[in-house]
Amino acid sequence: MKSFTYEKAQSPAEAAAAAARIPDARFIAGGTNLLDLMKLEVETPAHLIDVNGLALDRLEPLPDGGLRVGALVRNTDLAADARVRRDYPVLARALLAGASGQLRNKATTAGNLLQRTRCPYFYDTNQPCNKRVPGSGCSALEGFSRPLALIGVSRTCIASHPSDMAVAMRLLDAGVETVKADGSRRVIPIADFHRLPGDTPQHESALAPGELVTAVSLPPPLGGKHYYRKVRDRASYAFALVSVAAVVQPDGSGRVALGGVAPRPWRLESAEAALPLGARAVTEQLLAGATPTQQNAFKIPLVQRTLSAVLAEAKG
Amino acid sequence: MKFDQPAQSNPIDQLKVVGRATDRIDGPLKTTGTAPYAYEQYQAAANPAYGYVVGAAIAKGRIVAMDAGEARHAPGVLAVITADNAGKLGKGSRNTAALLGGPEIQHYHQAIALVVAETLEQARAAAQLLRVDYARSPGAYDLAAVRDTATEPAEAMPDSRVGDFDGAYARAPVKLDASYSTPDQAHAMMEPHATLAAWEGDKLTVWTANQMIAWARTDLAETLGLPEDKLRVVSPYIGGGFGGKLFLRADVVLAALGARAIGRPVKVALSRPLMFNNTPHRPATLQRIRLGAEADGRLTAIAHESWSGDLRGGGPELAVQQTRLLYAGANRLTALRLAVLDLPEGNAMRAPGEAPGLMALEMAMDEMAEKLGLDPVAFRILNDTQVDPEKPERPFSQRRLADCLRSGAERFGWHARRSPGSRREGNWLIGLGVAAAFRNNLVMKSGARVRLDRHGILTVETDMTDIGTGSYTVIAQTAAEMLGLPLDKVVVRLGDSDFPVSAGSGGQWGANSATAGVYAACVRLRERVAERAGIPPAEASFADGQVRGGGGRGMTLAQAAAEGELVAEDSMEFGDLDKRYQQSTFGAHFVEVAVDYATAETRVRRMLAVCAAGRILNPKSARSQVIGAMTMGVGAALMEDLHIDKRQGFFVNHDLAGYEVPVHADIPAQEVVFLDETDPMSSPMKAKGVGELGICGVGAAVANAIYNATGMRVRDYPITLDKLLPGMPERAELG
Ligand SMILES: Cc1cc2nc3c(=O)[nH]c(=O)nc-3n(C[C@H](O)[C@H](O)[C@H](O)COP(=O)(O)OP(=O)(O)OC[C@H]3O[C@@H](n4cnc5c(N)ncnc54)[C@H](O)[C@@H]3O)c2cc1C
Ligand code: SF4
Repeated sequence: MKSFTYEKAQSPAEAAAAAARIPDARFIAGGTNLLDLMKLEVETPAHLIDVNGLALDRLEPLPDGGLRVGALVRNTDLAADARVRRDYPVLARALLAGASGQLRNKATTAGNLLQRTRCPYFYDTNQPCNKRVPGSGCSALEGFSRPLALIGVSRTCIASHPSDMAVAMRLLDAGVETVKADGSRRVIPIADFHRLPGDTPQHESALAPGELVTAVSLPPPLGGKHYYRKVRDRASYAFALVSVAAVVQPDGSGRVALGGVAPRPWRLESAEAALPLGARAVTEQLLAGATPTQQNAFKIPLVQRTLSAVLAEAKG
Repeated sequence: MKFDQPAQSNPIDQLKVVGRATDRIDGPLKTTGTAPYAYEQYQAAANPAYGYVVGAAIAKGRIVAMDAGEARHAPGVLAVITADNAGKLGKGSRNTAALLGGPEIQHYHQAIALVVAETLEQARAAAQLLRVDYARSPGAYDLAAVRDTATEPAEAMPDSRVGDFDGAYARAPVKLDASYSTPDQAHAMMEPHATLAAWEGDKLTVWTANQMIAWARTDLAETLGLPEDKLRVVSPYIGGGFGGKLFLRADVVLAALGARAIGRPVKVALSRPLMFNNTPHRPATLQRIRLGAEADGRLTAIAHESWSGDLRGGGPELAVQQTRLLYAGANRLTALRLAVLDLPEGNAMRAPGEAPGLMALEMAMDEMAEKLGLDPVAFRILNDTQVDPEKPERPFSQRRLADCLRSGAERFGWHARRSPGSRREGNWLIGLGVAAAFRNNLVMKSGARVRLDRHGILTVETDMTDIGTGSYTVIAQTAAEMLGLPLDKVVVRLGDSDFPVSAGSGGQWGANSATAGVYAACVRLRERVAERAGIPPAEASFADGQVRGGGGRGMTLAQAAAEGELVAEDSMEFGDLDKRYQQSTFGAHFVEVAVDYATAETRVRRMLAVCAAGRILNPKSARSQVIGAMTMGVGAALMEDLHIDKRQGFFVNHDLAGYEVPVHADIPAQEVVFLDETDPMSSPMKAKGVGELGICGVGAAVANAIYNATGMRVRDYPITLDKLLPGMPERAELG
């Protein structure tokens, strides 16, 4: 870990301004991802801006019936909130499927959205990795790629986004509220929040330099039955090979989003029209154009079968 | 004391303390965080500096240039140790690769430098400032690709042939010829390799985490070129080892070199991401098994061949070893082949050889039973043997495999097993599986010293280690039993090379051998005590803290030691009883799994192990050993896999997020039953080992249960869902 300077932010706007002004500055929230990466010198910030003191740890109802989730609400608290459990159970289930109790106690809403890939080469500074060192090459493409992505990827990077929570947020069409360095505020639709790698896999989100996430707003509840089915190699404390988030309405319509298959939570609204036709039809559209490696091609039938089981349960 | 005749009745048979379920006496220290592990030896040496180990960035080649200038001038840095400035180093005979590499690099993450600084953070930061230029050489990283270059490791284990395998196999009416594979695995113990080293003049003390104190000292002496009597190795508490701490490792050597360079104690722990490639692992195997049987199920031909790889000078994984002994059959062949690989060093991990060997053999037995139309339990019992099948004149000292299988089948409800793929509960396909557990009982010379003080406190000293297994407790039980004392009058001090050399913790020989050494020392002490009490030793009896003679004459042990501490030292040396009798431990594993028919995720639902392993010295810690081993067996069956990057030559998933071992949610109800047994051929303790027996066969039992659940036979471990998916049933609702 490189030495760094540290400050406690006083207000969201000041935090954003400082982050844009000071070279190599990063926000630190729960630190459960950032500190690991700093110890390995995958990330080498010169300055940390601690956002934990900003009063962004509240949940408030919105006038339209939605819910605003502060950027610093801990994953544990969000999953346990009665409104979330009643109105957005897919979100509570996704959160509880992630990490471990101790980590969820520290992990924050914004930190979770912005956690970085678990591609093992990204974590090993001896290995080429375009995301860590742009232009150095992608070790995973012809190396160990079993856990990685197969759609939305590029020849420069096939990293998957590891978050469970983000998949549910995408399903719910959340909005990411931010404040920029100049103090202006905006809401980024979650669909536009995570970027695909293209030729610049180091750029992972739509955030401008210094831009701070202040909250995530959830639209009014969708009703229907909620599912978060996470498939993994062990029963707990493992990242998803594949996950399926779904809301299914009594008439068979609904929404589906996938985790573990793409560099961002994967949802295609157009594919959802096929829901009444069954899992195969939806999967074909969702994963059309997928470019799996030999090691992760199994994720395609796995998505279909998992979705199929979810739909069967929704019917039953 | 020499043990070369079967044990007669002796004080241990009283079983007042031995054989009773006893809490670990080191338990409170561990649960309160007060047991000083190597890195927490705060009292041992003041003001230590911190070392950070740098691993090679390539798998094979040379360091062309190393620039440590920037690192040396970084804040807090006291020294940078490399092969250039470390002085001449030897290599311990038990190490394959050098513990400090350079300029030649033999494997990925081989240590190439130690950065020593005032704080860990400073050392770690400075470590990133080392500039190293490498010249890579091509290496061999793919066992399957170099399989044909493998040769017979004649020294480690030559081929064995009995009868005429080829002829018998050709004639057999029922045959199986199948290939299996097991992956490279990591020990993944909780405590990393860690050492605190301090010099006093030309004497070096290392507080470390090591299973075999005497081996560590010899190999450290060879590596540093020092006489052994200048070295002290201390390892009282060890946070798991599983074989990963059998040998001297880089942390010890580098801490010693660092401490010498700066004239101050130095602490070194391997970082977790370094451990998977820096330290040894269990090597992968490719195995082929051929079985031939008569139509009635009697095996007539058994062949087991296994291929593994290691660095040049390394050894094979002895995966076929147990096949020589497990089942009857007149015509037999076993063969190992060893290829040169440039992956990190392969070496012993819990039940080396047996664990991967039985993962294959016991799956083959399941397949063969099905071909024969026999129940897998009955098929195994039918082919049981009471003698060494290669040398029928040599009996087993005890062999209750059939009892384990029968009793397990009964307890587990084995009769409920149905044909493959036919039992479904909701989304789950349910299956039952069985496998035999089989591991030899090894005995090793072991010594101890016992001291009785004027308060009647008995102190046992031996360099035996406790790697979380319960050694402290069984040793205390043994000494208490021998001297007629309650447990709280016994103090046990372990893991110090100043103490008599013991068997150490390895090969599941520790508990039986080390307690036998304590027994020997206690026999001597009893003589001394009796002498003091004026009682002829043969007439002395020890009970309730007293020694008594024939006429009721006697005194308390405290009184016997009133005029001065009584000390006795001895060791147990083993004769040829293990040559005359095959000593082994046996068990049967029963497993119920549920496989999700949509996702093919496997979850273990129930496990039972029935073991016959001699006298169980402490049923509580023995059970802990077996359930821990069963857990590790589930890991081997379902998830553990060091993924190789075959271009760069290293294990990619080198942390505990990437190398998955079972978590609590993976492990269901586990039941362990020990059959009542004593083995007078093993030692005066009449005990054997259980720590490795527990893992033997588990993987195959899980695999066989998965087959029973799904009808899918996966012969390549671990059985992850991607291997099952292609064969999982298509159901209407999966459309
Ligand atoms: C062993 C392990 C297992 C895990 N398993 C899972 C799992 O199964 N599923 C899963 O989903 N996750 C898993 N995680 C990841 C975990 O969810 C994340 O580490 C956590 O959510 C990150 O939140 P944090 O607050 O600690 O983020 P931090 O580490 O503090 O920050 C992460 C990133 O977000 C940025 N950031 C933080 N707050 C803001 C803000 N307000 N505005 C802008 N940027 C910000 C930081 O600068 C940093 O780049 C696991 C983690 C570990 C260590
Ligand atoms: S997949 Fe992406 S993160 Fe992984 S090695 Fe390639 S570039 Fe790096």
